[in-house]
Amino acid sequence: MKKKLVSTIFFYLLVTGIALVVLFPFVWMLASSFKTQVDIISWPPKFIFSPTLQNYQKVFGEQDFLKYFFNSTIIGAVSVGLSLVLGLPAAYSISRYAQKKLAVFILLARLMPGISFLMPWYIVFSRLNLMDSYVALILSHMLISLPIVVWIMSTYFSTIPREMEESAMVDGATRQYAFFTIILPLSGPGIITATTLSFIFSWNNFMFSQVLSMEKTKTLPIAVYNFVSYAEVDWGGVMAAAVAIMAPAIVLTMIFQKYVVKGLTMGAVKG
Amino acid sequence: MAQSSFTERNLRILFPLPAIIFVALLMIFPVLYTLFLSFTNWNLTSGAPFSFVGFKSYARVLAEPRFLHALSRTFAFTFFAVVIEGFLGVAIAIILNRAFVGKSVAKLMLLLPLVATPVAVGIVFNLFYDPTIGLANFMLQSVGLPQGLWISSSATVIPSLILVDVWQWTPMITLIVLAGLAGLSEEPVEAARVDGASEWQILRYVTIPMVMPVILTAVILRLIDALKTFDIIFAMTGGGPGYASETLNILGFKYSFEYFRMGQSSVILVVLFLVVFACSLGIMKLRAASET
Repeated sequence: MKKKLVSTIFFYLLVTGIALVVLFPFVWMLASSFKTQVDIISWPPKFIFSPTLQNYQKVFGEQDFLKYFFNSTIIGAVSVGLSLVLGLPAAYSISRYAQKKLAVFILLARLMPGISFLMPWYIVFSRLNLMDSYVALILSHMLISLPIVVWIMSTYFSTIPREMEESAMVDGATRQYAFFTIILPLSGPGIITATTLSFIFSWNNFMFSQVLSMEKTKTLPIAVYNFVSYAEVDWGGVMAAAVAIMAPAIVLTMIFQKYVVKGLTMGAVKG
Repeated sequence: MAQSSFTERNLRILFPLPAIIFVALLMIFPVLYTLFLSFTNWNLTSGAPFSFVGFKSYARVLAEPRFLHALSRTFAFTFFAVVIEGFLGVAIAIILNRAFVGKSVAKLMLLLPLVATPVAVGIVFNLFYDPTIGLANFMLQSVGLPQGLWISSSATVIPSLILVDVWQWTPMITLIVLAGLAGLSEEPVEAARVDGASEWQILRYVTIPMVMPVILTAVILRLIDALKTFDIIFAMTGGGPGYASETLNILGFKYSFEYFRMGQSSVILVVLFLVVFACSLGIMKLRAASET
């Protein structure tokens, strides 16, 4: 009995230790975002301080942060939406006709280093006068979300028994009709998983936007990065910006926790 | 009726067709174009039209010390990051693989680093590593260790970056392995217990071999991304100090978008792709072997 108590205490100590390591950058970021510059650069680092909102006022006031927020949201939402339009039928076909090669073809986008297609895009989009356009940004972000949609949804469709659409087809419905009226309405959880994950990855993407966007279509990660380059020493402002960019992804994750875990682990476990 | 049966008969082509066209146009053609450019001497800043030079760009880039350093650095970064993440990730999964109060909170917590914007994570760690005001040196000092320069010194920049990668991505391995452990059947473990095996023996000879395919899949996914690590390095050091943290991806980016030497940067990108491809293939073989 005593041995069990000791091992339970040891277990919770271990879990607490893991939690501390995982959480401390978030806590330190949050704390620093409420510190004055004087408090941030003081040595030893201050753990107790009087909080200020000036960093947030500065980020949301002086910077065009709301515009970048809007850009990130629009580019994320539209690219994910279009990826669903292209990816759902493809995933269904891969699942029902066991098109392994097709799956590999689309998943190649996960394997390829981004710059190996980013450089040609840069050349082509410059020629077409599409640099800094929503079209270019949305197309590039679709290459992030499409493989995620196909990966998650082809696995998901395979968990829906074939009898679902086949019974409808016996009654004379076409397969495509059955897909839209029977399979898709059953696919809510899979679609939520794919949508949440793709949106978060698009939201966090840095490389594509860094090359293809300028002032008009600048997304949040670029804004945060530029904030550092311009104002290296303004740690409080940078931390407030970091909080602002992470908050939406973290809130989404909390709401859709179950789905996010499924999406991240799905393909790996099913093998 | 005849019309719809045409659609239906060719559904396996029509359904995936838009996605295929999209991937071909936006990925396959561009990648082939990059491959083509790697055989040219194109330099965007010179304004001169490019000419076909065969393997000359390869010869030039592959002989360059800066490239060779970036290549070995990419391997070192990836190897240490993925090995540490693999061991830590599996260990944490095994620790958490039981019912306990607060398990769902613990799992939510593990998700946070995975969804945190890498650029912002890099910047937060920059503050952490700052030699004069950073928490990292404060922690070293309070346990009586000498302070470090972290990302400001070429000797410690790569280990410091690996630490950030480990912090952000170990939870992914943990979550995948946890899901794998949850799907295992209890019987072999019970049988081993009846036979009098110790908990350690069960773990070593029963549980871990059973989840090995899952572990290796998680490692492949990590490996692919670690080889291509870009955001945190670019945001934290930009490849510096000097060239000390330049990996292939960073070097390729600089050649493309800072020096505009398209021909040579294409060579770097082709090499990077071959490395990613070969490494993934290698581990996939290992995985196939572990399943039999």
